[in-house]
Order: sequence, then C-alpha cells, then structure tokens
Amino acid sequence: MIIAEAKPISEILEMVKDFSKILVVGCKGCVTVCNVGGAKEVAILASSIRIGMRKKGKEVEVGEITLERQCDPEYIEELRDIIKDYDAVVSIACGVGPQFIAERYPDIMVFPGVNTKFMGGAIEHGVWAERCAGCGQCVIHYYGTMCPIARCSKSLMNGPCGGSNHGKCEVSPEIDCIWDKIVRKMMAQGRLEELLKIRPPKSWLTARDGGPRKMVREELAK
Amino acid sequence: MQDFRPKIIAFYCSNCASSAAKIANKMNLYLPEEVKLINVPCTGRIEILHLLKAFENGADGVCVFGCQEDSCQYINGILKLKKRVEHVKKMLEEMGIEPDRIEVFSLYAGKGQDFVDIAKEMVNKINQLGPIF
Ligand code: SF4
Ligand code: SF4
Repeated sequence: MIIAEAKPISEILEMVKDFSKILVVGCKGCVTVCNVGGAKEVAILASSIRIGMRKKGKEVEVGEITLERQCDPEYIEELRDIIKDYDAVVSIACGVGPQFIAERYPDIMVFPGVNTKFMGGAIEHGVWAERCAGCGQCVIHYYGTMCPIARCSKSLMNGPCGGSNHGKCEVSPEIDCIWDKIVRKMMAQGRLEELLKIRPPKSWLTARDGGPRKMVREELAK
Repeated sequence: MQDFRPKIIAFYCSNCASSAAKIANKMNLYLPEEVKLINVPCTGRIEILHLLKAFENGADGVCVFGCQEDSCQYINGILKLKKRVEHVKKMLEEMGIEPDRIEVFSLYAGKGQDFVDIAKEMVNKINQLGPIF
C-alpha cells in the first residue's frame, strides 16, 4: 500500500487560516489501512482544525467526508454537490487524492493534509517499511525476492557496497543491509551462483527517468 | 478571567479508578464541582478523538484516571492511553494550547483520598492557566 504520515496540525492550520468553510476529505484505501487518512483521522483532523482555529480567534465550519477512494474519478464526483458549500478542501489521501480533487473542481483551493512517504507494508502494528520504488520493470526474483532498488540505500544492483557491516547498512544502524539479506537468502536456497550472472544494465526508461508515467490497457480503455 | 470556573472532563476506568472513587465517596470526600466524570470500561478504550472532542466542546482541561501500569485488567489499556495522551499533548502544543491541560493519573484501587486530591490539583492548575480561548 501507499504509506503516508499526518502533517503537523500547525502546518495545516497555516494552510487554511484564510478560509472559514473547510472540507476534510478522507479515503478508504491505503491511508485508512495505515491509519492516517480514513474516517477516524478525518474526524480527528476536523476537530483539531476547529480547536486550532478557535485558538487563533476564528470560528470555522469544518465538514467531514470519507470517499471510497480518491484515485478514481467516480468517487471524486460524489463531492460535486457537497464541495459547493466550502471554500477549501484538505485531502488526507496520498498525493494522488488532492490532485484528483483539484483537477475535477478547479475553482476550489485543495491542500494536502498528509505527507506521502513510500510504497510498503506494515512490519508490525504501527510500523511500516518501504518495499518497492515503482521502477516499472520488476526484477526482485533475481535477488531472493527482495528489492535492491527500494531497500538498498544506494539502490545497488550488483552486490553490496564496502559499508555493509554485520548485516547493517552504513547509512544507519537502524537500516538492514538488504544485500546482506539477499546473499544469505540466495546461499540458503543454494542459488548464490545466480548472483554472478551478467545481466544487461537496467533500463530506467520504465521508471521516472522516462518522465511522468501513464498506462493504457487497450482491452479496458474506451 | 476573575469569574473563570474551569470545566474539566475526567475519564475514569471501571477498575482501579472506580474503586478509588467509591472509597472516596465512603470517606465523604467529594470531587470539586468543576470536574465532570465519564466512566469507561478501560482507559484503553479512550481514543484521541474522545480527548479532542472534550476540548472542542468546551473543556478547559481533561484528565484520565486509570490503573497502575502493571495492573490493567485488559493487560495494557493504560499504557496505550498514556501514548495517546502524549500524542494529544503534542497536538495541543502545535495549536498553541498548553499541553498541561491534559494529564493521566494511575491510581491505586484503595486510595480514595488520592482521587480527590489529584482532581483538586487539576482544578488549581487549570484555574491558573485560565480559559483556553
Ligand atoms: S524491482 Fe522495481 S517494481 Fe520490483 S520491487 Fe523493486 S522497485 Fe518495485
Ligand atoms: S550497506 Fe548495504 S544497504 Fe547500505 S548502501 Fe551498502 S549495500 Fe546498500
């Protein structure tokens, strides 16, 4: 899922300080699962905006709604009748949500209420870790099904750097050296030789280097 | 400011804090009028939103009375609550509101006097801080 974290309430109060009717819009997708942008967090942010603005000496009206998803136009369309009553929107979906809302309702000011961090998963309750960098051409099966692009600090694809230290990355003792894990797993599976195989350099055209990406599925598109 | 009578919402759990409250009652010790009680099965049930709503709806201070950290009937309810209270303190600070307006206290079931004394201290503290808005 896409992992995001709440922006500090002080930053959000600064964003909305000139508005008096604010709609907080949540999303039932990834951000609900990572406890940052679902119905519960919408209620928390709305309450915080009311308290924070009152503290600044201003009474504001704050609406609350949580959409099925903010990355599909049909759900964004559900805002049409509601959004008219507001002069600003704070979306607490990932960065896609506020852009989809702003594209569909160009007259209203739309603010991002969260910082979108990475694609990953929950490794324990309340702890999330990065797993994929969206390179567009997945090769993790060469690496013991671990992604060196997302999980090596230097995105090295041909083996560890000289800083690998007892399983930890030289960037921080908090970070596992993924190359240590890759080598150990390949050894355990008796596939270490596979790492020696010469592969053509990775094309980054499918990643961000090819510019903003778009995908068309002819069998689905109109 | 002179006529300020703080409104304090006190959540208390059905276990240790509740027994302390009952004992206080038997000892004819009463809570200050400023403190309104809300009973919850376990302090672990209190969410960030409940704490914020108290402030949004006019409380000048919020306190939670729960069990000792090692005697929560539901294992770690009070510990979860303490983390949430810390989080709300940070949020209040970011809004320009004194974080001391919210506190959590671990009580012993038999200490009725503590229950009332702490509530009185809280009233004094909020009195000194004055109204939020
Ligand atoms: S190889 Fe590319 S697609 Fe596969 S996990 Fe890594 S970044 Fe994601
Ligand atoms: S120590 Fe390991 S994870 Fe860190 S940069 Fe070097 S190879 Fe990558």
